[in-house]
Amino acid sequence: MINIVFFAQLREQLKSDGLQLDIPTPCTVKEVQVALLEQNPQWSDFLSNPALMCAVNQDMVQLEAQVSDGNEVAFFPPVTGG
Amino acid sequence: MNTDCPYDLLSVQEADFDVAYEYAQLRDNNSQDGAIVFFSGLVRDFNQGQDVTGLFLEHYPAMTEKALAGIIKQAKARWPINRVRLIHRVGQLYLADQIVFVGVSSSHREAAFEACHFIMDYLKKQAPFWKKETTQKGDWWVETLEKDEKALDKWQQDDSTDS
Repeated sequence: MINIVFFAQLREQLKSDGLQLDIPTPCTVKEVQVALLEQNPQWSDFLSNPALMCAVNQDMVQLEAQVSDGNEVAFFPPVTGG
Repeated sequence: MNTDCPYDLLSVQEADFDVAYEYAQLRDNNSQDGAIVFFSGLVRDFNQGQDVTGLFLEHYPAMTEKALAGIIKQAKARWPINRVRLIHRVGQLYLADQIVFVGVSSSHREAAFEACHFIMDYLKKQAPFWKKETTQKGDWWVETLEKDEKALDKWQQDDSTDS
């Protein structure tokens, strides 16, 4: 089971702050994204945005990064702090 | 956060901060450092063409301190700096409020200037904060700026020429 979390504008667009995803592991962040889109096709305009950033267990990663069972995967828009 | 130095600080907080106190913590009982550089970021009244009345800062609580600690660690590995104090506020902020403080002490000014600048540039690109602005025409999420993208290129180019 993977813990998925969304933030900021993406959270508002998806109307979800996160969910639990049951997916065979290890897999990649890209595979997590594809599984989420298969289960939630209405998210395609937002969750497939190439500008999105992602993190696995709170470390920023690229879509090719590996995800293991029990990890937390976050998707969010480009950051705008400071 | 565990830090090497009891005068170091990393804080993500709703409360305001006192620049005079932060500066004093960089100076206190410190005869080895000849330079302190600090930056404070404020909420300004216009952005991306709109009149701003305030902003809400969202963050990813589980990740924020980890990301900021990583940026400070990189700065400490790259420059001979001693104390680092970093505060970033979250939640509802209003015009002219303080958002962020980065203060760095070092024996010499070059390292303090560069490390402070580096920490701010990386914070803007890699720390999970998002600003939602309140304007007279509604609320919206701040977009990233190309100049912030380019800001990191500068430090990465410097990396390739360091030898």
